[in-house]
Amino acid sequence: MHITEILFWFLTSLSLFSALMVVFSSNPVYSVLWLILVFFTISGHYILMNAQFLAIVNMIVYAGAIMVLFLFVIMFMNMNKESEPQKSNWLRLAAAVSGGSLMLILVAALKDNGGFINSLRGEGNIGLIKNLGKVLFTQYVVPFEISSILFLSAMVGAVVLAKKEKSPVVS
Amino acid sequence: MPVIPVNYYIFFSVALFSIGIVGVLTRRNAIIIFMCIELMLNAVNILLVAFSKMHHVNAYVLDRATTVGTEAQLFVFFIMVVAAAEVTVGLAIIVMLFRNIHSVDINFLNRLKH
Repeated sequence: MHITEILFWFLTSLSLFSALMVVFSSNPVYSVLWLILVFFTISGHYILMNAQFLAIVNMIVYAGAIMVLFLFVIMFMNMNKESEPQKSNWLRLAAAVSGGSLMLILVAALKDNGGFINSLRGEGNIGLIKNLGKVLFTQYVVPFEISSILFLSAMVGAVVLAKKEKSPVVS
Repeated sequence: MPVIPVNYYIFFSVALFSIGIVGVLTRRNAIIIFMCIELMLNAVNILLVAFSKMHHVNAYVLDRATTVGTEAQLFVFFIMVVAAAEVTVGLAIIVMLFRNIHSVDINFLNRLKH
């Protein structure tokens, strides 16, 4: 067994296990920590597939920024306790059955794919910043600039939404 | 030369996506539902990168200077950008919700039904 395959199976099993723990752990803070582990394993998968830039961006943006934001909101709401009300058992069973049958159908529909992901010698420069940046700033420069406008509007929207509304003054 | 069938990545991504869906359907905490949506987005990203790698290797055999597969990775990059913006606005909405009803339980949020 090659080292790549060993790493693939290790990362896959760890990722699926922590994804299950995200769903089934009762404390939201533990959920966030397991989700950070999922994102790190996904970064490992990106490195295995020679997408080095995406691995770093995934680590910085998801595991760094977004998860810290989640943790901050959870701490802010003081929700780190175990007493979350649960859905009824029938609803949970129905949810598990529907999710499992979706997985079954997708696997059955896609299992006859014959492609392979192999690593050739000397190949693997596609995911470096040099190549990606060249394409990003020539062909895809307009979507890049539009995404900056998206960020600006998201920032303004977040401030407007989270701003404390002035309660009417009672004289 | 290590060879991994692209089927494995498809199954892995489908499993992650289904775990996300089960999480959205079973939990009542709005923040955990939001995290499960992030999980589903990442499952799709893995699939995009896997197909990009597959097509890049197939094209590399024919032409050493090919850049096939760059577009998919840029697409994943833009998905991450949009996800970051979405998380900011979504968490702001959840904070506003918490301030109004003092809970993030989605069973209290069925007022549009009535």
